[in-house]
Order: sequence, then structure tokens, then C-alpha cells
Amino acid sequence: MNDLTKLTLIETIEGLKAGKFTEKELNNAYLEKIKELNPQLNAYLMVNEGVKGIPAAIKDIICTQNIQTTAGSKILSNYIPQYDATVINKLKNEGVGVIGKANMDEFAMGSSGENSAFGATKNPWNQSKVPGGSSSGSAAAVAADLCVFALGTDTGGSIRQPASLCGVVGLKPSYGRVSRYGAMPMASSFDQIGPITKTVADARKVLEWISGPDEYDSNCVAEKFKFQNSKFKDTIQNLKVGVPKEYFGEGLDKGVEKVVREAIDKLKELGAEIVEVSLPHTEYAIAAYYILMASEVSSNLARFDGIRFGDSRDKFGAEVKRRIMLGTFALSTGYYDDYFAKAAKVRTLIKQDFDKAFDPAAAGVDVIVGPVSPTVAWNLGEKVSDPLTMYLSDIYTISANLAGIPALSVPCGFSEGLPVGLQILGKYMDEETILNVGEVYEQATQWHSKRPDLRFKI
Amino acid sequence: MMNQKYETIIGLEVHVELNTKTKMFCRCSADYFGKEPNAHTCPVCLGLPGALPYTNKQAIEDCMKIGLSLNCEVSDLSRFERKNYFYPDLPKGYQISQYRWPLCIGGRLQVTGDSGQEVIIGINRVHQEEDTGKLTHQGAQTLIDYNRSGVPLVEVVTEPDFRDSSQVRDYAQKLQQLFRYLGVSNADMERGDMRLEANVSVRPVGQKELPNYRVELKNINSFRFMVAAIEYERTRQIEALEKGEKLTQETRGWDEAKKETYVQRSKEEANDYRYFPEPDLPELRFTNKDLRIKENLPELPWNKEKRFMEEYGISKNNAEILTEKLELAGWFEEAVKLGKEKGIAPQDLANYIVNQKITLVSQGDALHAVENFASKKVDLIEDEVEIEKLAKDAMTEDPEAVKNYQNGKLGAINALVGIVMKKTQGKANSTLAKEVLERLLR
Repeated sequence: MNDLTKLTLIETIEGLKAGKFTEKELNNAYLEKIKELNPQLNAYLMVNEGVKGIPAAIKDIICTQNIQTTAGSKILSNYIPQYDATVINKLKNEGVGVIGKANMDEFAMGSSGENSAFGATKNPWNQSKVPGGSSSGSAAAVAADLCVFALGTDTGGSIRQPASLCGVVGLKPSYGRVSRYGAMPMASSFDQIGPITKTVADARKVLEWISGPDEYDSNCVAEKFKFQNSKFKDTIQNLKVGVPKEYFGEGLDKGVEKVVREAIDKLKELGAEIVEVSLPHTEYAIAAYYILMASEVSSNLARFDGIRFGDSRDKFGAEVKRRIMLGTFALSTGYYDDYFAKAAKVRTLIKQDFDKAFDPAAAGVDVIVGPVSPTVAWNLGEKVSDPLTMYLSDIYTISANLAGIPALSVPCGFSEGLPVGLQILGKYMDEETILNVGEVYEQATQWHSKRPDLRFKI
Repeated sequence: MMNQKYETIIGLEVHVELNTKTKMFCRCSADYFGKEPNAHTCPVCLGLPGALPYTNKQAIEDCMKIGLSLNCEVSDLSRFERKNYFYPDLPKGYQISQYRWPLCIGGRLQVTGDSGQEVIIGINRVHQEEDTGKLTHQGAQTLIDYNRSGVPLVEVVTEPDFRDSSQVRDYAQKLQQLFRYLGVSNADMERGDMRLEANVSVRPVGQKELPNYRVELKNINSFRFMVAAIEYERTRQIEALEKGEKLTQETRGWDEAKKETYVQRSKEEANDYRYFPEPDLPELRFTNKDLRIKENLPELPWNKEKRFMEEYGISKNNAEILTEKLELAGWFEEAVKLGKEKGIAPQDLANYIVNQKITLVSQGDALHAVENFASKKVDLIEDEVEIEKLAKDAMTEDPEAVKNYQNGKLGAINALVGIVMKKTQGKANSTLAKEVLERLLR
């Protein structure tokens, strides 16, 4: 039999339906591979040997009933939730099982996976490199074929950036598209759960499963996202693609820029009209984000007081403590107007930047494309002692979270032998278009079919 | 002892727990009183990680009813906000409340103090929030019950417009009556359905600015204690100022045994609540919904009282008593309608019902009252000396009620009035009996 772990989600579903293999065979293939590779990669914090259904890796910040959920933190090292997150319920209804809980930066704070209290995840393409973060285990598990697909969460790029650095597909849906109920919050007004997959079609499928209104999340009232095959146009002829000049400035690695520019040329070749757009407030995005996000963090993490569950607060890692302090300061009497209120205004301006770019009366683009990360995966340990440099690696991803719009990372080539992702940003609630663009590009280039060589013996 | 050099400045914050079926932000039952600890809980009201709030629309409507009854405007845009502080009864580490964007703003209510002068009290805001859990200390242990966690609370905040404690008492009683009229809360002080906090300071007569400090009186669970605490504070603060002491911001409680206030928290220990908009809940925007709610408000007690006086020509005193409870007011109007057919004047019925109030409540039937009135010749006992004798007998018969009353359970007086009425087969003037008893119990 062929290696079942190489199959995409769509192929897996078809294979099961056609009776080419059983769920048991499928899960055994994955469990075996996990047994061999996870000790090196540290993608999973917990492996569920009794998994049934289509095996998915779930970021360890998403609550799973009776299965440990640590958020990558010492403070919750023994925490077992009493309830399933809405997305878990939805996946279970579709016959998906939890094969393991994926490693991550503590409480989703980090861009390298190194802030996990349980050790960093390694990049399957080069194990001396970081996999990106914070959904580090989810992206690495998909890249190394340790699951059919994974769920991550994206607050400032935590799905797209590790997907980009690990050469897989990552989708951050529009804010409110997917219920957040049961995902431990980092910054509630930014967080979204989304899929990390082997192909764009897989991402569309998972989105179809997990999206839709939820009466347990007051911000998730959108119409259910419908996967309509008929709507997938295998052409991007006459599509208007915006390229923001602010995404190609200082700090962007030359190798990454070259690969991304080639991807844009490819889109042109496929029939898209490429236009330059401007998102003038981009330079303020990181500052605004770090104030608003840290403020929400300081409040969201207050419940971990060691009284009812979990350990005492001194068990928080350094980055978590740093953000709690930043946020507490920004919200303090006398500082609120200068920090939080001002940052909230910047957020509105950034939203307006996108509105203008998408507005048919203005630039009128259908999607915006650019890099996901300014660099490819860096060395483990390289930026650990320099949080500011680490924060800057989120520069191209944060704006989508500030604006609440959907964004996709699709593999678009390699630089220095490491994967590079193309970011495709869309209009609010228009996942359809970015998925179409992504799939057309993916089918024309086949970058997604490149897999790391992990010397796994069958 | 009055000191005419100073005037007292008082603002009031009233918390009222709504009697909605479910909690403010989850689907747990909001009926926590006397229930098995932590039986009415879920991930949301336990503050488990990942759980999210979901707004109870009935509570919002009740909050609007209160605000509109107090002549507030419903804000075009309001938001829930997080009030951040650590306390074991607060499982999320923050309370969902409102601060910069309250639901209702800018109302007023007319009150009357002992001087008889009518005063307009400005209502700064009426906002929506959630209750905390309940701590029980047992020796070295503290038990936490989260049944109350997340029960809807409405807070009514006045401007610092009160000048004496009698105005505060009238205001608090009017609010309690309003909550019951609207059917939004039992507003029982002893059960903690309704809680009062007063901000008290004094300033020299003639000074226009507010004093640069205020003393917050907290955790006081009866109208009588609140009045006593305000009186005590007034005297204490004037004495301190006379001695040249500087008064500072602090929170004080009331010690009923010592009949004095005591410091609970000084300014230095005050929390910085770090309010910010609750990101888990969408903004609240209303278009014309408040108009619909306004149209459906019941006749408010003070309006009813006025109408009774005008329409039925009854005395202010009788109108006040007859409108105290919605039920009684309903009986009265029914009785008036029936009485009309029998040629009984509303004034006579009002006198009869007021005097027979307690026995009437047990009959609970307007027709009965009218028939009684028409068929029986009623000789009311109006002689104060005789009533005083009956009242003293009642106090001897029910020392428990006497004790309860003196401990602040003002409702206990009704038991004593009841004894007087029973002894006279309902012929005593119950209003007079109550007045006499109040005098005797003082």
C-alpha cells in the first residue's frame, strides 16, 4: 500500500469512501509516523493513541473534552477541559478525530515556537530552524505528514507565518467566520481559528466544516461558509490583484522578495491584472497591535490565578509576563487615552486602508498579495533574546488581524532551501476569492507538492 | 445636633439584581437563592478558559425599562466593558460591566425628604453588569459558590444631589417600588437583591465646588442602617473639618453594634480597574427599540399616586399607601369600579381599604371588600390611646418581631400591626396602628 500519510484531506475522504483503506489503517499509518518523527520534531505535546476518524492535529490552545489542553504553558500542564470547543464539536460531526495536541508558543505568544514551555518544535525542512509560530506544532505536523490537517489559531499571523515557514497552506478566516468558543483567548478581538493543510482545496473543506454561526460566540454570526465547487473558477482571468508597495520595503529579505515577485509574475501570466496599491498606515500596525493585543492579553490571562485550576502565576513564561505587564500599563488610569484609545484609532485607519484598496470606486482590487514573512525560517535561538526583532517578523500578517479580513498563505517557492509563502488577503467574509486565487496558483505551480525529506522508513 | 455651617453632599449607587430566568451571559438558571452550591454553573460563569459570554436580551430590556422609567435616554451606542481586578469570587479576573458607554444616561427622579421639600435627583447613568460568586468563610477555609456568578445586575448611579439622609431614604424606597412595579426584581434588601452604596462628603455652606474627597459607604443592607451611617458620617466629617483635619477618599462600612462607620479601604489601596471595551461582545445599538419599551412601561408608582389623587379625590396619604404595591393599587381600582355600581364613593373605599389593609390582603378580593363595606357597618377604632394599648399588647405577644424590627428588618412591624388588627377583628385604623408602633419601637 502507498503511504497513506501523503494523501491530502480530499484524497483521504475519497479513499475512505471508496473503501481503499480503513480509518484504522489510516490512523495507524499516522501514529507510526508520529512515533518515529515526533521525538525529533516535538510537534505534538500529546498523542491520542485511541484516535478514531480522520486524524487532525489540534493546536493545544483549543479545548478538547477529557484531553489535556495546556496552551503550551506550565501553568496549565495538568489541565483537562470539561468541554469541547465549538470547532471540535463541528469536526467530530464530520467524522474527524483528534490525533494529538499540537505544540505552540505559550498562550499563542511568539513567532518561532520557542516560547513553548515544553520545548521548541523543529522545522521539518531543517531541524536547526524554527517552524514559525505560534501554531508551530500544527504547521510542522502538516509539513511532516503527521496528520491529515491541523487547526491553528491566528492572532497576528500565527497560522500564516508557520504555514509559510513550513511550506504548507494556512488560512486565517475573517473575524467572526469561525466560532472562538473553546479556544483559550490570547487577544479576543483578533483571534481566529483556521486550518493548516496540504492543499488549498483541503483548507476550503476544513473551513466549510468549522465555520458558521454559533450561539456561544456573540461575534460569530456570519452566514455559514458554503463550499461550492461550481463557484471555483479555475481561472483568475481579469482578476485585479493589488500589490502594496509598503510590503516590499526595508526589512524584506532579498531572497524572499525574489520568490514573491516571481509568484506575482506567475499570477500575471495566469491572467490577473497586477496593480500597485498603497496601505499607508502599515508602518503603525505593529505598534497599534502590540498595545491592543497586550491589553487584551493582560485581562484574558487574569483568570489564571491558581485558585481553581492551574499553577500560580509565577509559572508564566517570560514573553507572557512581558505582554501582561505591557497591557496592564497601557490600560492604567492616565494612560488609556494615550495608548489604548489611540491604538484603537490606528486600527480603524488600517481597516480603512483595506476598504479603500478593495473599493470599486478607488483601487478596486479583488485581492491583495505580498509576502507572509520578511524572512525564511531562522535558526533556533537566533532571536530569542531580542523580542523586538521577533515582533517585526509579524509585520505583514498583523494588518489582516487588525482589519478582521481573511488571509491565506500558499507555498510559492524556496529561498536558501527553505519554503516561502505567498500571502493573499481578501475582502471581509470573502474567503471564496482568496481560496480561488490560491488554488489556481497552486495548481499552476505545484509548489505544495514539495515535501521535506525526513528519511521516514516505510 | 445640626451644624448650619456645613451641608452634606450625597450621591447614591444602587445595585439591583434582576429576576431573569437565566444569567447575564450564559444559559444557567439565575435563581441561586438557597440552591446547592455550584449547581447552577457552566464554563461561562465559572470563567473556564475558552468560554465566551452571550448576552441575555431580557436583562438588557429590563435595564432599559429601569432607565426609561427614570427619564434616562437609551444611548445610541453602548458597550460592555471589562472591569479588571483580582478576587476569588470573580472567576474571570474581570467583571463585565459598563463604564464609558453605559446603556442609559441622564435621567432624574423627584424625591421628598423630611422637610417636605421636593428635590430633583439627577440620574447619571443606568448600566448593566454581572454579579460575582459568593464567598463563605469557615475558620481557615473559604468556600466559593458560583451560583450567583453572572446573575444580571443593574446599577443606578445618581449625581451628588442629595443633601440629607431622608432624601436618600425616599429615593431608595422609590427605586425599590419601581423595581417591583416593573417586575424586574424582588428588590429585597436582606437577600441582597438590592444594595446601596452612598458617597458622602460635607462642604461649607455657600461653596459651589464639590469637596475634593468622598467617603464611600459600602456593604450596608438596610435603608435604616444606611440612614444611620450617613448621619454618623456627616457628624464625623464635620467634626474632623472643625478640628482642621484633612479628609481623604476612603471606603467605610457600618458597625451596627457600635453604631459607627469604620474604614474598609483607604485611597492607597484602591483598585485601578483598567476598564476597556469587552472584545467578546458586539456593541449595542438600538433603533427605536427603546420607544417600544417606553410605550409598554406600566404606569409608574408616582404617576399612579398622582392620578389616584386627581381621579378619585383621595388624600395623598391614602394614595401613597394604595399605590405602594401594584397588587393593592389594582384591587383598589377594581373595588372603585364595583363600588360605583353600589353607590360607594372612592374616598370611602380608600379609607376602608387603607384601614383594613392587612386583613384585606389576606382576602385578596376587591369584590369582597366592596361587599363587606356595603353590608357591614364598620366602626373604625381611631382612638390613639386605645390603639397604643393594643400595640403594647402586640409587642409583648411577639417579642421576636420587636427584635427583628430593631435589628433593621423593618418589615417585621407588619406582624405587630397584624396582631392589633386581629384583636379588633379588623376594626382598628391600621395606618394609625403602624404609626403608634413605629413610635413605640423607636
